[in-house]
Amino acid sequence: MGARTLTINPRNRELFYLAAVGVLTGLGFASVYIARQSLVSWGSLGYALFFFALYLVAHLVARFTVPESDPYLLPMAGLLTAVGVTEIYRLGPSDAFKQGLWIVIGVALFAVALFGLARDYRVLENYKYLFGIGAIALLFLPQLPGLGESVNGARLWVHVGAFQVQPGEFSKIFLIVFLAGYLREKREVLAQGRLKDMGPLLVIWGGCMLVLVSSNDLGSALLYYGIFLSMLYVATARLSFVVVGIALFIAGGAGAYEKIPHVRERVVIWLHPWTTTKVYCAQTGTMALRQDCDSYQLVKSLYSIANGGFGGAGLGKGTFTTTSGHQLIPEINSDFIYSALAQELGLIGAAALLLVMMLFVARGMKIALQADDGFSKLLAAGLTFGFALQTFIIVGGVLRLIPLTGITFPFVAYGGSSVVANFLLLAGLLLVSNRANVRE
Amino acid sequence: MNRQISHLAIVALLLLAALIVATTYWQSWAAPGLAAKQDNAIQRVAQFRIKRGKILASNGMVLATNRAVKSGGQTLYLRRYPSNGLASQTIGYSTQGRSRAGIEEEENGYLTATDANLGTIWNKLLDTAKGTTITGNNLVLNLKVNAQKIAENDLKGKCGAAVVLNPKTGQVYVMASEPGYNPNDIESNKGYAQILKSPSACPGSSSALYNRAIQGLYPPGSTFKTVTAAAALDDGVYTPNSMFDDKGYCTEYGKEVSNALNPEGSAEAYGEVNMIQAYEHSINAVFCDIGMKLGAKKVIDKAKDFGFYSQPPIELPSSTIAPSGEYLNHKLLNNTGLMDPGRLAFGQDKLITTPLQMALVAAAVANKGTIMVPHLIKKVTSPSGGTIVNIKPKVWKHAMKPSTAAALNTMMQAVVTGGTGTSAQIPGVKVAGKTGTAETGVGRIYDAWFIFFAPADNPVVAGAVVVEHSDNGFGGSVSAPIAKQLMQAILPPASKH
Repeated sequence: MGARTLTINPRNRELFYLAAVGVLTGLGFASVYIARQSLVSWGSLGYALFFFALYLVAHLVARFTVPESDPYLLPMAGLLTAVGVTEIYRLGPSDAFKQGLWIVIGVALFAVALFGLARDYRVLENYKYLFGIGAIALLFLPQLPGLGESVNGARLWVHVGAFQVQPGEFSKIFLIVFLAGYLREKREVLAQGRLKDMGPLLVIWGGCMLVLVSSNDLGSALLYYGIFLSMLYVATARLSFVVVGIALFIAGGAGAYEKIPHVRERVVIWLHPWTTTKVYCAQTGTMALRQDCDSYQLVKSLYSIANGGFGGAGLGKGTFTTTSGHQLIPEINSDFIYSALAQELGLIGAAALLLVMMLFVARGMKIALQADDGFSKLLAAGLTFGFALQTFIIVGGVLRLIPLTGITFPFVAYGGSSVVANFLLLAGLLLVSNRANVRE
Repeated sequence: MNRQISHLAIVALLLLAALIVATTYWQSWAAPGLAAKQDNAIQRVAQFRIKRGKILASNGMVLATNRAVKSGGQTLYLRRYPSNGLASQTIGYSTQGRSRAGIEEEENGYLTATDANLGTIWNKLLDTAKGTTITGNNLVLNLKVNAQKIAENDLKGKCGAAVVLNPKTGQVYVMASEPGYNPNDIESNKGYAQILKSPSACPGSSSALYNRAIQGLYPPGSTFKTVTAAAALDDGVYTPNSMFDDKGYCTEYGKEVSNALNPEGSAEAYGEVNMIQAYEHSINAVFCDIGMKLGAKKVIDKAKDFGFYSQPPIELPSSTIAPSGEYLNHKLLNNTGLMDPGRLAFGQDKLITTPLQMALVAAAVANKGTIMVPHLIKKVTSPSGGTIVNIKPKVWKHAMKPSTAAALNTMMQAVVTGGTGTSAQIPGVKVAGKTGTAETGVGRIYDAWFIFFAPADNPVVAGAVVVEHSDNGFGGSVSAPIAKQLMQAILPPASKH
């Protein structure tokens, strides 16, 4: 008889952490209420309770379908969503209600995915080409006339009835499923590095560049391409592919910089957000300082972050409007939610948020390590890296580490498609984790 | 595949760690630079979420307070000036669109509780932690409302300034500059445009925004003879009884500079006079001779002892405090070789001074040669009323020997009892003063000066009054009566009889 270690059932552990997240959500809403209206209302607690109930449903589904899966991912996703919704609520309650609705849809799809795939998600591998075609189809959906819509110079949106959907978010998941299946099958052949096997690599590189050119969306192109290269590397262990791939991307990017004004503008804004002399402002057709024109958003967002300082202004106490009530930063609750959070929560809060992201990534990668078949490993690694890279691209853009492009901050930012897609991502990781733990 | 997954995990975590580093950069190293950017609207808004401290006169009258405005779920505190313009340029303003001026600008730290004072920082931390509105500290000024009103009324319709202070403590009782403005009008474009207009009383002169008491540079005329006399007496070559022969003019560079330049003294020659009489009757020829004998350097060095060529340390934005001295092409002139010592000695040449500086000259004589730091602020109090800082008297400069100050005291009394400044006489009070009527270069248009202190044997009030572009008006007839009223308003009742 060896010593028995006290083990807590992973789902009970998950429930415990979810309860902690529920308490934090309640506190967050209460502080927003106190700061904005100088009162604590039952409405705020109701909101937190509703939110907690949603995650409780997700927890019960997980308890039923993936009982042995990682217990930390769901509470962390819950925390990130809660922080996001609290801040979205603080910036404008009506958007928070919409976001709440999307979370309901997300949880529903999460449940469907878990119930449908709990027995063996690896059936997805059989449909890999369907996913591949689906990914490309979704990607080009916004380009269709009459269906697509252009926001801030990038064509990323599709109108479905009253809803605005960003198909790219789902395309990303489809792409990862396709790559996991395809690379599992072809990894030995690809690893030999013969030029004739490079076809798919070049096709996907071309596809990404096509997306970049047609949708003016540098961020998504970088995301898809990064996911592709990372999964290729995991599958083949050939670092040279990554090097060549990056070189090709740089070449493509340089070409885009030369040919596409929108891309060039993004780079110029990134390098020189402030000017001391007036430059031509295309939006108004007049001469203006760049910080008053093209880089207005970025600069105002940096001011917002800087204003947070170490401890932050406090939830509900940040400054996002002028004294006359005008919004200082356009798109504050989607693209720039990070600068709102950084101002109100300060360095402590922003760093804590990013540390939660890092923990999420660490758990995801651990799942990839634990999984015992190639498809599962590639799927978990791809989903996790996609999550990390997406965070890096948007927050790095807001922080002026890289040119700013409008993609969403996973779980946190306002945006229905993103919330739903991230619930699917979470379902995928839980499925892989459950299988790995059961088989151990 | 696990090796590659580990590598990928490291890359992913490094990407996210880079975000923490970048956030740290913007929120610590880069933050002060960004906060100072012109287009940083957050900083502007944040200022108005602080309940700014009040500014009070010495009698407790509220000169600046706030009105709360609800906007977009936040309470903003916009400034309100209940007196509608008392000591407008000195108090200044704090606005959204036009930033700040005056005490509002200089003491923004205390008024917004951001000053590096331990108690203040502690209170602010508590306010932040409790989530309550940050309330700034109040400023209690030395300003005497009744005297300030007299100065502004007397100068109304003219262009000019008055500075009155306590020569022993440096407490500033009056700082008036006319025309003034209503600080409640600054924010509106129409109101601001009106304020910016050149005053009709003195066309071409600076607008009402300008604090003539500290920014206005006027030729001091004969009031500067006080400094020349101090240079002469301190030098030891002259005594108050040194005799001079006034021929009615002095000869400089082979040309005659006649007394007629001085509109108060008559053009005729006084003949044999001592220094007291020359000062009393403001005889240019005598001072012209003294200046030439001493040389420009000695006179300028003495002027520097009085604070010329430096900014008087008063609680107003240093960008608005002009140093007095000889100017050439709008710059202070240091090369004494380019100065005309004769004309310098009676306050002409290229010499221009601020009313504050001339008030400090009078205060130096009154306070036995020592100039105290002028203070507009009496104390800083916390929102709950406790005193945070009590401003204590501090020596600024030793302008001259006490014996010299005593001699000048006598000479300045003579000016009021029987010289050019008789209209400043107050029954029962020994008043000391000096007139100045400076040429402006336009016909018989003069800048009329009077510097003064009282009671002469134990001075509690000193000051300077200047009236710009006075048509045919002299220091003795235009400015001395204003000075008299100011002294009467401030002197304790017992000494008035």
